[in-house]
Amino acid sequence: MNTTLAEKAATPTFSIAMAERKVANASSAKAVAEKLDFWYGTNQALKNINLSIAENHVTALIGPSGCGKSTFLRCFNRMHDLQADTKYSGSIMLHPENINLVGKEVDPIEVRMRIGMVFQKPNPFPKTVFENVAYGLRLRGFNSRTELAERVEKALRAAAIWDEVKDRLTDSALALSGGQMQRLCIARALATEPEILLFDEPTSALDPIATAKIEELITELRQRVTILIVTHNMQQAARVSDFTAFMYLGELVEVDATSKIFTNPSRKATEDYITGRYG
Amino acid sequence: MAAVMTIEELRRGLSWRKNLDKLFVIVGLLILMSCLGLLALLFLDLVRDGASRFGWDFLTQFPSRKAERAGILSAFVGTWMIMLVTAVVSLPVGVAAGIYLEEYAPKNWFTGLIEINVTNLAGVPSIVYGLLALGLFVYQFGFGQSVLSAGLTLALLILPIIIVGTRESLRAVPKAIREAAYGLGATRWEVTKDHVLPYSTGGILTGLILGLSRAIGETAPIITIGALSFIAFLPGSPITGEFPFLNWDWLWSEFTAMPIQIFNWVSRPDQAFQQNAAAAAAILLGMTLAMNAIAIYIRYRFRKKINW
Amino acid sequence: MSATATTRTAAVGKGAFSSLRYRKNRDRVIELILLAAALVAVFTTLAIVFILVYESSAFFEHVSIKDFLTDTQWTPLFDDAHYGIMPLVSGTLTVTFVALLVAIPLGTIIAIYLSEFATHRLRETVKPILELLGAVPTVVYGYFALLIVTPFLQRLIPGLPGFNMLSAGLVIGLMIVPYVASVSEDAMRAVPRYMREGSYAMGATKLQTALRVVVPGALSGIAAAYILGISRAIGETMVVAIAAGMQPTLTFNPTEPAATITAYIVQVSLGDLPHDSIGYQSIFAAGLVLMIMTLVFNLIGFFLTRRFREAY
Repeated sequence: MNTTLAEKAATPTFSIAMAERKVANASSAKAVAEKLDFWYGTNQALKNINLSIAENHVTALIGPSGCGKSTFLRCFNRMHDLQADTKYSGSIMLHPENINLVGKEVDPIEVRMRIGMVFQKPNPFPKTVFENVAYGLRLRGFNSRTELAERVEKALRAAAIWDEVKDRLTDSALALSGGQMQRLCIARALATEPEILLFDEPTSALDPIATAKIEELITELRQRVTILIVTHNMQQAARVSDFTAFMYLGELVEVDATSKIFTNPSRKATEDYITGRYG
Repeated sequence: MAAVMTIEELRRGLSWRKNLDKLFVIVGLLILMSCLGLLALLFLDLVRDGASRFGWDFLTQFPSRKAERAGILSAFVGTWMIMLVTAVVSLPVGVAAGIYLEEYAPKNWFTGLIEINVTNLAGVPSIVYGLLALGLFVYQFGFGQSVLSAGLTLALLILPIIIVGTRESLRAVPKAIREAAYGLGATRWEVTKDHVLPYSTGGILTGLILGLSRAIGETAPIITIGALSFIAFLPGSPITGEFPFLNWDWLWSEFTAMPIQIFNWVSRPDQAFQQNAAAAAAILLGMTLAMNAIAIYIRYRFRKKINW
Repeated sequence: MSATATTRTAAVGKGAFSSLRYRKNRDRVIELILLAAALVAVFTTLAIVFILVYESSAFFEHVSIKDFLTDTQWTPLFDDAHYGIMPLVSGTLTVTFVALLVAIPLGTIIAIYLSEFATHRLRETVKPILELLGAVPTVVYGYFALLIVTPFLQRLIPGLPGFNMLSAGLVIGLMIVPYVASVSEDAMRAVPRYMREGSYAMGATKLQTALRVVVPGALSGIAAAYILGISRAIGETMVVAIAAGMQPTLTFNPTEPAATITAYIVQVSLGDLPHDSIGYQSIFAAGLVLMIMTLVFNLIGFFLTRRFREAY
């Protein structure tokens, strides 16, 4: 990296390039949330969310603690279904298959086979590096050694970690550094070629260098897969995303091109948050 | 503002309280040491009483009317045969029940009912298990007074131990690992089989050995179903020389076990038999302590292997 | 790569989505198997209740409940048969009482000592030893009671019979000291540090803090320990069968021999009774009484334990 991403984002040409890109691709939505509500028991955590996620772009979700951004993210892969007493209403339509990701008739396991997730604290399995990446493939019926080896390598390269682990594929994944473990988790999620990749505050547990590597990775990955990222770090959202959605108290306040949100937001609440009036 | 107490009063009260403290430490330590010491003394007395009988003969002879010629062969073999049945029955049922309660069961009244039952069964006196076995296994099911009945009874007895041990080791696996596996689209059984169970085997094994160490000393249930103490034969061997190489007769055979033999010998007024009892008791105690030690060791080794 | 929408779906290997149905069905079958295993616990309880009630009902066809509860003799195997359960109950209660006289004070003092005074190292060394003591087979304790404790007591109390409830009670008490100490100590350790610190900050000594703050704070857990200890003493079989004698006598004097409910069951089982005789049925009636007694104490102990766990 010769120029940091922050410097890049600050240059006028970058912003213009982003705006152009937005205009060119506004029409291709990978997933559309419509009138989405969500309850934990009697507590309504999400209220009437309407948001379109652009294909092959990075959309960031920002907002103060408790605003519902992680809750919204976890609707996409039905992680809430692992807890009792949760309820969805409304829809998140996945395109082009036209599946309602939160629909009762749709199997959560099938949803999770299409949508991948990277968690806040890196959580590789206590297995070898190879087996970590291969696990998702095995679930999907890939068994032949050669095919697995091929796909694992592809995923590790896509996660920019191949060179670091290619000689340590049979070592335990827990022996890697924090940043490496997180990139391994990204590779693990990529191996199954998900249609959307969800990131839940992926760098909040990592040091700045590891964070920068992962941010760079995310900007590259957008070419392969649609990305939705939750972050409590606004600068990260500004660096990494094409579109940013600001949430507050379970509602979607504003969504727009990142450059616009951070320079000229339409709503006062957004502006207050961005300028640090409240956290 | 006037102080509540004068300095002298304060110091006097304080030293009185501090002396009480020291007194309690002495009393507490004394009681602790005397309890442990008393028990150690009893065990040593046991070994000393039985010392004259230790030897290969003791282990390889059958019970006899003459104390010097009596041995624990049938009891020893009987104990281990029963343990085999107990382990084979209690392990799958206990582990499966533990997995269900820990990974699958929803939090509702039905699950609560099952959990209360498990806790309750842990507190049922062992002789009641004997009554259950007598009525159910020996007569209703017609298994008779056999190794099978004894093994099944003890399996039910230690089932709560296995279940609790399994649940604890499953619980030790961090939630993040399960989340990662679910995130990849794994089903509940795949998550359990691929990620939770492999790292719980140490704990489960520990639970099994602790359960068996309890079962090995249980006398009341097997007396109730009718273990005899003058068994001068061994149940048929499970392995035979001819096809199909496995013989099930031993399951249906009458039997005796170490605790029964001890009980029988202790109850005789003849001092020679009491020596036999002491020797057998010392051996049984040794086996129990060894099993506990193995279990603790396994638990320790397994904890070291995985550092989350 | 062009950014226009392409139909990209997730990786499918060998029909991953059709095999999804297979995986889910397999999951469902496995869940049923696991549930069946868990239900074994429920069935065991039901079976115990059923067997005890079923066989006892045959017994109560011959014996009225009034006689059962009020007759002062228990001689079901004699020609002049009496079926009063009180002798057996008195034996059980006496032995239990003696055991508690030993176990409650000693167990509690040890628990307070370990929890509030002992160094970490001492505690970590002693606790496993206590655990091991709980694992010793009861028949071994029976040996102690008959052949070591009784002769010793006979020197202190001249005229003490060879079988007596005192030896058995003392040994049972010693036997459950580790249990009472362990559960009480767990309860005391669960009392949060800030409560202790509040007391120390006012100038209290460790003993005062222990007695005035920790013990009251852990009261339901300690009570649970006592109650569960009672339950274990009631259900104890081998020590009494070996050392207390097998003569059902209505007495509360520990220096006399007597039979407990559990000892009676053993006595009958050692003999050879036909399946349908009243002697056979009597052990189930006795077992039913035993079950009810221990159930009551277990339930009280269970609720107390839940309360002390919830409090923190």
